[in-house]
Amino acid sequence: MTAATAILTSDRRRDGAAGDRAFRLLVGGCALLVALALLGTALIMAWGGREAFTAFGWKFLVSTDWDAVNHRFGALVPIIGTVTTAFIAMLLAVPVSFGIALFLTEVAPPWLRTPVASAVELLAGIPSIIYGMWGLFVFVPFMAAHVDPWIDAHLGGLPLIGRFFSGPPLGLGMLTAGVVLAIMVIPFVTSVMREVFLTVPTQLKESAYALGATTWEVAWQIALPYTRQAVIGGIFLGLGRALGETMAVTFVLGNAHELTASLLMPGNSIAATIANEFTEADSELYRSSLIALGFLLFVVTFIVLIAARLMLRRLERRRGLA
Amino acid sequence: MFNRMPSGIRAAALAAAVLFGAAAHATDITGAGSTFVYPVLSKWSAAYAAQTGNHVNYQSIGSGGGIAQIKAGTVDFGASDKPLSSQELAQAGLGQFPVVIGGIVPVVNVEGIRSGELKLDGATLAKIFLGEIKSWNDPAIAALNPGLKLPDAHITVVHRSDGSGTTFNFTDYLSKVSPAWKTKVGEGTAVQWPSGIGGKGNEGVAAYVKQIRGGIGYVEYAYALQNKMSYALLKNAAGSYVQPNLDSFAAAAATADWASAKDFDLVMTNAPGAQAFPIAATTWVILYKHPKNAERSKAAFDFFKWSLEQGQTQAKSLDYVPLPDSLVQRIEAYWKTQFAQ
Repeated sequence: MTAATAILTSDRRRDGAAGDRAFRLLVGGCALLVALALLGTALIMAWGGREAFTAFGWKFLVSTDWDAVNHRFGALVPIIGTVTTAFIAMLLAVPVSFGIALFLTEVAPPWLRTPVASAVELLAGIPSIIYGMWGLFVFVPFMAAHVDPWIDAHLGGLPLIGRFFSGPPLGLGMLTAGVVLAIMVIPFVTSVMREVFLTVPTQLKESAYALGATTWEVAWQIALPYTRQAVIGGIFLGLGRALGETMAVTFVLGNAHELTASLLMPGNSIAATIANEFTEADSELYRSSLIALGFLLFVVTFIVLIAARLMLRRLERRRGLA
Repeated sequence: MFNRMPSGIRAAALAAAVLFGAAAHATDITGAGSTFVYPVLSKWSAAYAAQTGNHVNYQSIGSGGGIAQIKAGTVDFGASDKPLSSQELAQAGLGQFPVVIGGIVPVVNVEGIRSGELKLDGATLAKIFLGEIKSWNDPAIAALNPGLKLPDAHITVVHRSDGSGTTFNFTDYLSKVSPAWKTKVGEGTAVQWPSGIGGKGNEGVAAYVKQIRGGIGYVEYAYALQNKMSYALLKNAAGSYVQPNLDSFAAAAATADWASAKDFDLVMTNAPGAQAFPIAATTWVILYKHPKNAERSKAAFDFFKWSLEQGQTQAKSLDYVPLPDSLVQRIEAYWKTQFAQ
């Protein structure tokens, strides 16, 4: 009681208000720093890539050329490679992460939850170069011996979609890169999903169970809607990593500047191209083209995130109507 | 470029160079460039420091970076796997000379064929890398290999995905022996490959060739040795098939036409000697002829003098080839006439 009155004396209140303002400025500054860093990076890369943009114009976006000898550069192959591998990664990672998070929060016996959750988090701490080496020495031969031939034999002959799944069993390529990326992304998405599933009020879940709902129904109709925003945030975190990942991808993607429909064929990604070629980019235009690629990665990431948000908003609206 | 070191170690070395660079001694020498010479340069610099107390800080950031840095004057010497033209050197007031020699070998993974059994000539090798020869039992390959049982297997070309001096020398060779390659692809540290997949670094190419049946790639000689890879023999300019080894690389360096190459601006692929291996490579060290900081440049100069005269045997232990005596004499004559020592 006395303490409360002390705080409320006008003196303290004025101090408190000043402190509050300072605090606001401080945290606002932190947030502003992110915005400035983002803007600054984007601007610097746009500036660094201006030579490529002026030399090739919009053709830079649609050209499949990447010829350092004759100074002709185009971004189409790496853009497609980046988006395709990230898409495959999310297609695999999101359901698996959902499953792991669900298992850890609803199904697993309590003694098992902490060790498995720690294992998932440890997975997030592994440097990407390790994933790359593992991919190169273990996973690529496995894909070449078992997965690729099967896909080529069973899906390669199908009409229309067959050309996405045919090719020699190299073991490396878009599909392999997508799978390796999925494994790298899973811990991020899982961690977020698990944390937020734990925040679902027990009353909600208990009530659903009491009404006879199955674990699946509780997860799908109670936990997921309750935590949707946070889950989407987690998925975006993973998507961001998948789009920007460099080392692991460069080891298993095949690094070929060739446009191909098949997921079994080698491709290239923006980040991998930059990492591979920056040290020996010996002409201004070459270096500028690589920086321009970096800028495009920004743009691609931005567009993908916006598109994903719009899609989710539409989904939500439909849900609201139903 | 020729990545002999894991990138982690390289990064650590770079970080160390940055950290200790600040506290540098007056006669510390700094250099930057080619990754190909990094192992031998670091070995030399350790031995040189033990003898003279002068340290060499070398950052293996790639040839392009090395050239940029020496031109900007931020280092005492640059190192490049691709020679600068005399004109470019003269404009910047620079001089260059080779310091050590290595070789690049085609490595293959063909069922039933052991190392050194497969013979290829330049034109056929170019056709394979152009994607025109697609199968190992192609008549063009069979004609060069009578008596060898070639499988009906698809050829997968493996090249470097990163810009590299290895690629520069390899594509330079293909351009010299194949007009089609020269017009369609050309030579450079990175080119637009008509076919195949890209591996990062020598280790990446080596790993892919080992894994992919029917694969063919090119790696630095030391890599082929260390990984026990099957290499192919190449027909040299004199028409004979020679084993890739230190002797045949040295023969290439000795028979290359240095006499008519101003400022050593010569890529010694397709050298004319009967015993010369066709894809031998070197790294050029680039120095200012009339440096601003005379003391440091003098120190750098002394270091390379020492390394040419006394460091060449150490190069051998790392599977580099010492420069032939005739070339060393030529370089020393060049120093006398070109550099203000």
